[in-house]
Amino acid sequence: MPEGLLNIEVDGRAVQVPHGATVMDAANKLGVYVPHFCYHKKLSIAANCRMCLVQVEKAPKPLPACATPATEGMKVWTHSEQAVGAQKGVMEFLLINHPLDCPICDQGGECQLQDLAVGYGASASRYDEPKRVVFHKNLGPLISAEEMTRCIHCTRCVRFGQEIAGVMELGMAGRGEHAEIMAFVGSTVDSELSGNMIDLCPVGALTSKPFRYAARTWELARRKSIAPHDSLGSNLIVQVKGPRVMRVLPLENEAVNECWLSDRDRFSYEGLDSEDRLTAPMVNDGGTWREVDWQTALERVADGLAGVVAQHGGSALGVLASPQSTLEELALAARLARALGSENVDYRLRRCDVTADGDGARWLGMTVPDIASYDRILVVGSFLRGDQPLFAHRIRQAAKKGSRVLKLAPVDDDWLMPIAARAIVPPSQMATTLAEICVAAAEAAGVPAPAATADIAAAPGPAARAIGRELAAGTRRCVLLGALAEQHPEASQLHALAQALADLTGATLGFLRDGANAVGADLAGARPRGAGLPAHAMLSDPRRAYVVLHAEAEFDFASPPVARAAFERADLVVVLSPWRTGTAYADVLLPVAPFTETSGTFVSGEGRVQSFRAVVAPKGQARPGWKVLRVLGTMLRLPGFDADSSEAVRDSVLPADVAARLDNRTPVAIAARTAQEAGVERAADVPAYFSDSLVRRSPPLQQTRDAQPPLARMHRSLLEGLGLVEGAQVRVRQGRGEAVVKAVADAAVPPGVVRLAAAHASTCGLDGLTGPIRVERA
Amino acid sequence: MNAPSEFLDYGPDAVLMAGLTGRNWRLADYVQRGGYDALKRILSERIPPEQVVAEVKKSSLRGRGGAGFPTGLKWSFMPRNFPGEKYVVCNSDEGEPGTFKDRDILRYNPHALIEGMIIGGYAMGCARGYNYIHGEIWDVYERCEEALREAREAGFLGKDILGSGFSFELFNHHGYGAYICGEETALLESIEGKKGQPRFKPPFPASFGLYGKPTTINNTETFASVPWIIRNGGEWFANLGRPNNGGTKIFSVSGDVARPGNYELRLGTPFATLLELAGGVRGGRRLKAVIPGGSSMPVLPADVMMATDMDYDSIAKAGSMLGSGAVIVMDETRCMVKCLLRLSYFYYEESCGQCTPCREGTGWLWRVVDRIEHGKGRPEDLDLLNSVADNIQGRTICALGDAAAMPVRAFIKHFRDEFRHHIDHGRCVVAPYQ
Amino acid sequence: MLSNDSLAKIDAAIAKYPADQRQSAVMAALAIAQDEHGWLSVPLMDEVARRLGMPPIAVYEVASFYAMYNLGPTGRFKLTICTNLPCALQGASDAAAHLRERLGVGFGETTADGAFTLKEGECMGACGDAPVVLVNNKRMCVKMVPDALDGLVAELKAAADRGEGATGAAEAKEASGR
Ligand SMILES: Cc1cc2nc3c(=O)[nH]c(=O)nc-3n(C[C@H](O)[C@H](O)[C@H](O)COP(=O)(O)O)c2cc1C
Ligand code: SF4
Ligand code: FES
Repeated sequence: MPEGLLNIEVDGRAVQVPHGATVMDAANKLGVYVPHFCYHKKLSIAANCRMCLVQVEKAPKPLPACATPATEGMKVWTHSEQAVGAQKGVMEFLLINHPLDCPICDQGGECQLQDLAVGYGASASRYDEPKRVVFHKNLGPLISAEEMTRCIHCTRCVRFGQEIAGVMELGMAGRGEHAEIMAFVGSTVDSELSGNMIDLCPVGALTSKPFRYAARTWELARRKSIAPHDSLGSNLIVQVKGPRVMRVLPLENEAVNECWLSDRDRFSYEGLDSEDRLTAPMVNDGGTWREVDWQTALERVADGLAGVVAQHGGSALGVLASPQSTLEELALAARLARALGSENVDYRLRRCDVTADGDGARWLGMTVPDIASYDRILVVGSFLRGDQPLFAHRIRQAAKKGSRVLKLAPVDDDWLMPIAARAIVPPSQMATTLAEICVAAAEAAGVPAPAATADIAAAPGPAARAIGRELAAGTRRCVLLGALAEQHPEASQLHALAQALADLTGATLGFLRDGANAVGADLAGARPRGAGLPAHAMLSDPRRAYVVLHAEAEFDFASPPVARAAFERADLVVVLSPWRTGTAYADVLLPVAPFTETSGTFVSGEGRVQSFRAVVAPKGQARPGWKVLRVLGTMLRLPGFDADSSEAVRDSVLPADVAARLDNRTPVAIAARTAQEAGVERAADVPAYFSDSLVRRSPPLQQTRDAQPPLARMHRSLLEGLGLVEGAQVRVRQGRGEAVVKAVADAAVPPGVVRLAAAHASTCGLDGLTGPIRVERA
Repeated sequence: MNAPSEFLDYGPDAVLMAGLTGRNWRLADYVQRGGYDALKRILSERIPPEQVVAEVKKSSLRGRGGAGFPTGLKWSFMPRNFPGEKYVVCNSDEGEPGTFKDRDILRYNPHALIEGMIIGGYAMGCARGYNYIHGEIWDVYERCEEALREAREAGFLGKDILGSGFSFELFNHHGYGAYICGEETALLESIEGKKGQPRFKPPFPASFGLYGKPTTINNTETFASVPWIIRNGGEWFANLGRPNNGGTKIFSVSGDVARPGNYELRLGTPFATLLELAGGVRGGRRLKAVIPGGSSMPVLPADVMMATDMDYDSIAKAGSMLGSGAVIVMDETRCMVKCLLRLSYFYYEESCGQCTPCREGTGWLWRVVDRIEHGKGRPEDLDLLNSVADNIQGRTICALGDAAAMPVRAFIKHFRDEFRHHIDHGRCVVAPYQ
Repeated sequence: MLSNDSLAKIDAAIAKYPADQRQSAVMAALAIAQDEHGWLSVPLMDEVARRLGMPPIAVYEVASFYAMYNLGPTGRFKLTICTNLPCALQGASDAAAHLRERLGVGFGETTADGAFTLKEGECMGACGDAPVVLVNNKRMCVKMVPDALDGLVAELKAAADRGEGATGAAEAKEASGR
């Protein structure tokens, strides 16, 4: 591409644009609005709507601004007689077959066609032939396509699937006037990013199914917030009407979520008014639950905690918080534990080997957009699309531009992007394989491998070699450890080996952290120091009392049965949650606000501190968690609970220099390993719509394909070896627990592994996200 | 394959189609007619590719697919030193109503096309070519497959052709029923396994063509003319026609003539001569109107046509376009509204549906003409038709929009009274042709 | 669903294109599938999609774009007659009327015995030979004046009675009965 800038003139104003820029780019740069429908800055250029026709000097006919390259000295008029004439002609065509049902259309008030028709449409239609009617489609629980007659064929939705989501689920079938947007016969749209098509649709053809007819857009107040589900920290516009959240939309932030949202972030709000919302404090009186006032409930908690500590010492108390909790909640929960003499506080509920965690907070190791600058991206142990839907999209875009993505995982789930090299091995072999990759990368680069890795992996296998070669051939590399790598029983070894690999290849080491606020939790000190016990130890070595924040025993812990047993044995379990949950083991339930009803802070994976305010008032008697903890601390006369705003709580724990606290290094050394025969192993993902208490309660998300009950996915050889047919019921035993689920053959799962999702009622009896299992015909 | 008539008479001027009987399509026959001599000479004399392009430029050959773009110039747009694949593609998707000349080349003289494409590949540095054949002519496709087999066996295709070091592979791609794939970029999309939806240009195929690689697309007749140009020289070919209108051209004559068929004439031959070759107007009736270049081109009244010569520039001067050389003849009994109705339906039916003015406008045009034909016309309809046509023309991604608009405007322009009569009286001035 | 013979033909079509462009063979693959099964059912298109590594909806886009693919069952013989202007001027309108009357069905319909489906076609590039009738996409019959049409219908009817022609005709018959 030639260097330098082009000079062009739009509506008499001069502007400079780079080579390759279009007339639309030039107009945008000047802030000149050119009407358009099919053009979208994040999608390829289709130039099919023809709304952006403009006059160009010396061109015999109007040209589409979106697709016409700027040339030196070009003169463009966007509002000349010729341009406006052409635009009006196009608008007339768009309207002849469009139902004029704006008053009942869900898009009314935010419809690009409606907006432009005001300026470019004629008052009376010259078309009085019969209008086209397009049959409605069922695209699944999230997107409504009831009104496909409104479609203007801009193909934004189709291009979104092909170019952004990485999977073409919608197409334009038929031709001419009969062309229709549809999914393949009988199919739905299942992408985890599908909701963005609703935003992209410039008319009311694709609308939000949950939001449909719920409100008119002009009745809604728009409030900013931060998504509470993954470590990207997507920026949100939450639309509210009175006390209710009606809809969630992306707040554009190029550095974070761009203009997108994952479906999890977009539709989880539907869980907010779930039937089991806890709207008043409740206490368990000898097996019966009753609602009480706050005073009664808090006294009972304060007395109970003081009693346990007085009788058994501070270490008898365990505080367990979900990484979905706010920085402020985590800070005060940790402070409460410590003030009561306990170091047993942790948010790493799904992890069992935390020995490699240093003092700092593990983080992405880079900014989010920076991922595009890496030409080799090795992802270790991640179900990328479910874990980090929009970060997966960032990696996909990088791959499109030529970055080579490498994968080490127990399951070859489809990331919808080209994978340059992959090693798919059972969980128990991941550390060995990572060592092999070190050796192979060293060999390919012609440098000695660290002795410790060479001891483990003398002769790398072909998969490890391919990855090693790729890493050696790159110029800018990163190694990213996913949730499964952190949740792995040998997480510290994976960390140490990844660090060795990063050191060896000059790669950046990063973590794709689980939950919205894992980094914030580290900064808030929600981790045991000294002799304090990490989460798994607090449960396997049960405490007398527990305070549980935003977590559910069955779904949010590495081993649900162990957590459940510990809670059942304890003298006192206090659950702070927006939901009526844990009634089987808790003694007191304190209703705390979900993210929409409290102010707070999430620190994203890249270390971005994002504070937000409540968008609606707390429901019933629910109160912000930080306030509940503050009152509790005050009632117990503990120091450090006098902050009178969430900001003050935040400022009391947040270091001035957050970046200085981000640290991915571990002092743990690579240990010798012996190969073990593991038999059949489990590899559990936490599917996107099982990941936390809010999404688990969102009905539309629970109706998606991704939220269907877990299946035991295994290689056909294993299935047949067990004498099973596709769809047969199997009994899976792990530890002392078991689950009965359907078995299916899945070529993405290597022999010796069964992929079986966690965080679901049907699998919550199983003891660990990985580890040996037995599978038999049920 | 349909039994051809005993001898095929393309007229006294025939060059490309001279000596064809319908049965002598095989490689051996073609070689006997001097076929592959041009290719052999280029390869054995190692004539530089630039010189081949120069010869084509000299011939004044203009594209026979419709637009009449100078072929030599088009060939010179191909980037010379492009690293990686480049393609030559032949447009045999002949589907423009009235056009049926490429089918004759493909079935009676396929090796002329093959030789032309190999020479094109050589001249433009391409190692691969595709010939896109119209969907409805399956037997012709099969014959072309056979012809390719022959050429491969004879060593005219494949690696190191005739020991020259030049390699070229050629494949047939069979369409499946979409007129729009005749548009060159829709054709490329179709070869890529997609819907035939035209691409916005720029970029042009010469820089971003098949599979995103530099590509040149020419019509069947264009490629088939090349061997003669190389054999006899560009100047010789140019002199067959008129300045800027080199060579002979095959005219497909259809409609109300006694002998519909293909006639190969020197460009610049009077229309009257062509009409005579085709046996004159059927039944001795009077000529009323002629579409001189395929259904997409403006219709012209009889007197204008009778005073016009058949070449690109003359027809343009007369107010239409030579297009693909399809001459649709209508006699005095024909209702112009009905004729336009069928054409309007065609563009409505064949619009790819991608861009707004064409998708929405072609249906609108058709419905209004349909109304007029069926006695439901309104006084304002003619202005409406012209205005809708205006709003389509020049505002679409590809020229199908223009092709739909131009006939409407021309029919109304030249036969306004007849349209008015239909509107005012709810029926035709002439007896309908059914 | 596809026979080994069809699969071999599809592989031959794939081989015409660069190795990373399997999708280019989709038109051929759908034609081959249709030849074998008479029409393109959803599972059939799914199989083509898998074979070529395409999203199923992309296959459907192609199948629904090109006019010669049958997205539903047809009679044993699909007769497509071109009625475009040049052909119409040379007797195709009469021929089409004759055919409609003779078969007792309109365009887009299938005869009650499942033998014929009649379709109106667009330009086939054979206007000089009008009227032109295409039988099952592949056999082009030219100069089909009414007498010739009668001969063709008789010939094909006999063939249909012998069970020749496209399979899937039974379904078409059923569909026409509804
Ligand atoms: C709607 C449409 C249909 C066309 N159909 C054909 C066709 O059937 N055959 C053809 O050669 N060119 C056709 N063309 C023209 C081609 O786009 C292209 O200009 C031509 O193949 C170039 O070859 P040439 O330069 O040898 O004429 C069509 C163009 C349009 C816009
Ligand atoms: S003009 Fe018609 S055929 Fe051409 S791209 Fe537009 S819609 Fe398709
Ligand atoms: S925005 Fe340019 S054509 Fe649609």
